[in-house]
Amino acid sequence: MESTRPKWPWIVASALILVWTIFPILWIVMLSFKRPGEVGNQKGFLPKHWTWDNYRTVFRTDLFTAALVNSIGISMIATFAGVVFATLVAYAIARLEFPGKKLILSFALAIAMFPVVSLVGPLFDLWRDLGLYDTWPGLIIPYISFALPLAIWTLSAFFREIPWEMEQAAQVDGATSWQAFRKVIVPLAAPGVFTAAILTFFFCWNDFVFGISLTSSDRARPVPAALAFFTGASQFEQPTTAICAAAVVVTVPVVVIVLAFQRRIVAGLTSGAVKG
Amino acid sequence: MTTLESAPAAGRRAGRRGTGRRGAGRADLSDRGRAERRLGLLLSAPAVIVMLMVTAYPLVNALYLSLFSYRITAPDDRRFVGLRNYATALTDSLFWQDVTTTFIVTAVTVVVELVVGFGLAMVMHRAVFARRTVRTAILLPYGIVTVISAFAWRYAFDLQSGFVNTWLGLGDYAWFSGRWSSLSVIVLSEIWKTTPFVSLLLLAGLAQVPRDLGEAATVDGATAWQRLWRVTVPNMKAAILVAVLFRTLDAWRIFDNVFVMTAGQQKTETLSFLTYRQTITRTAIGLGDAVGVLLFLSVVLIAVVFIRGFRVDLSRVRGDR
Repeated sequence: MESTRPKWPWIVASALILVWTIFPILWIVMLSFKRPGEVGNQKGFLPKHWTWDNYRTVFRTDLFTAALVNSIGISMIATFAGVVFATLVAYAIARLEFPGKKLILSFALAIAMFPVVSLVGPLFDLWRDLGLYDTWPGLIIPYISFALPLAIWTLSAFFREIPWEMEQAAQVDGATSWQAFRKVIVPLAAPGVFTAAILTFFFCWNDFVFGISLTSSDRARPVPAALAFFTGASQFEQPTTAICAAAVVVTVPVVVIVLAFQRRIVAGLTSGAVKG
Repeated sequence: MTTLESAPAAGRRAGRRGTGRRGAGRADLSDRGRAERRLGLLLSAPAVIVMLMVTAYPLVNALYLSLFSYRITAPDDRRFVGLRNYATALTDSLFWQDVTTTFIVTAVTVVVELVVGFGLAMVMHRAVFARRTVRTAILLPYGIVTVISAFAWRYAFDLQSGFVNTWLGLGDYAWFSGRWSSLSVIVLSEIWKTTPFVSLLLLAGLAQVPRDLGEAATVDGATAWQRLWRVTVPNMKAAILVAVLFRTLDAWRIFDNVFVMTAGQQKTETLSFLTYRQTITRTAIGLGDAVGVLLFLSVVLIAVVFIRGFRVDLSRVRGDR
């Protein structure tokens, strides 16, 4: 049936989607190449004079470089810890019989729906008492706990599909239990774990509420929060173009990850919804 | 009987701790069951502890502190006021203005995203041209940091830097000086950033609609419109409800876009922003926590309405923001 119908509406629609999704990103890139003085005078989309100055500015601004280091460090550690915790839970849920399975899944779901802002006030107090305010662990801990639901649900959906009997089959064939685990289970589970890691990383990279509420200096402030407070190289110039350069820098890793792992991300985002 | 045939890995691991394979079957099983149970709880413990630590204690703490008049700047003045903070919040016109704003933002984004997301899902489902490219492009907004999306749209509409007015011939129209024009830009950024998530859930739902059903309807002379409403939509109801539930709760908590675009000016403040402003900026902990608790209760209410009222099948849901 499809063959008898014209294809061009779908082609036009696809092209429109491409424009719609890429356009704002392209706009940020264009702004980042404009001279700071162009903002306010030249209102076009394209820069009149292309310049790398904004990139030089942001990499010379301690506020931004410190925030970049914070964002990378905090997100990586939180991703690693979160995925390890989620893998343990998901394994238990997929493989073991124990009371509270449903409870854990429902609890994780409840946390995914939680209004984060409601907790920020009390956490602010608690973190100050514990000395966690404005430190890396002070952000890592909330990131782990709020990224866990997504990781747990994705991974347990994934682990349910793994043919675990293969581990026993390998052992019957003479492999030790460690070999069976390493050579059979790890390669089967790795894609799921990897997908969970990408989604967790995106979550941490994207956070803003915790970033502005639980930090006060560049000791721990991540990029999104730093951007909101960024005033630029000079008090007399608009920070617009510099903010855009910084935004492009933190967007690059995201674009690379999306381009490289498109299929895995889609699978991870929809796994539970498809299989149930 | 060997354990290999009957028990999964954990059972085998547990079996090693058991009394021996030839022992009384029942005792062995319950022993193994107990060990399996212990292992399951042990493996779940770290995650559950972290999640409880960050949510349960602060929530109880918020409930408790919301009963006090308490500012961080004057800790000695802390005194018990019962439910007065709630009364203050619920009788304040600003609170209700923020509820209205939040409600409008939520309603508009969810409806638009559902329609647009459905269109995107259809294109991805059907597209023969550049299928991979389209899917990759759809994922880009999902990955972009919300704050950056907010900056992109803000600068596009901004009087100083924006091109939108020039392109649309609007001259000096100041988007961020009016309530509804500001909210439009906020909603636009929110829609751009989160429609991909909706469309991917709907795409997964579309893939579940049996193909022959649609073909049978066509043979019976159904128009494309009828097919959409009688065959496609009813068959993907679960995916639609899941998408609506998650997006409603997500939009209800909108914060980042408002912060970057207007900082709550021009009557664009939302409930999340009000809570933030009271607790962090004004350090009025008692009142702020009361607003936070009200926000939490509203989220619970929405979730209950959806899950009970619309019977969203939670076994199909996975957690996502």
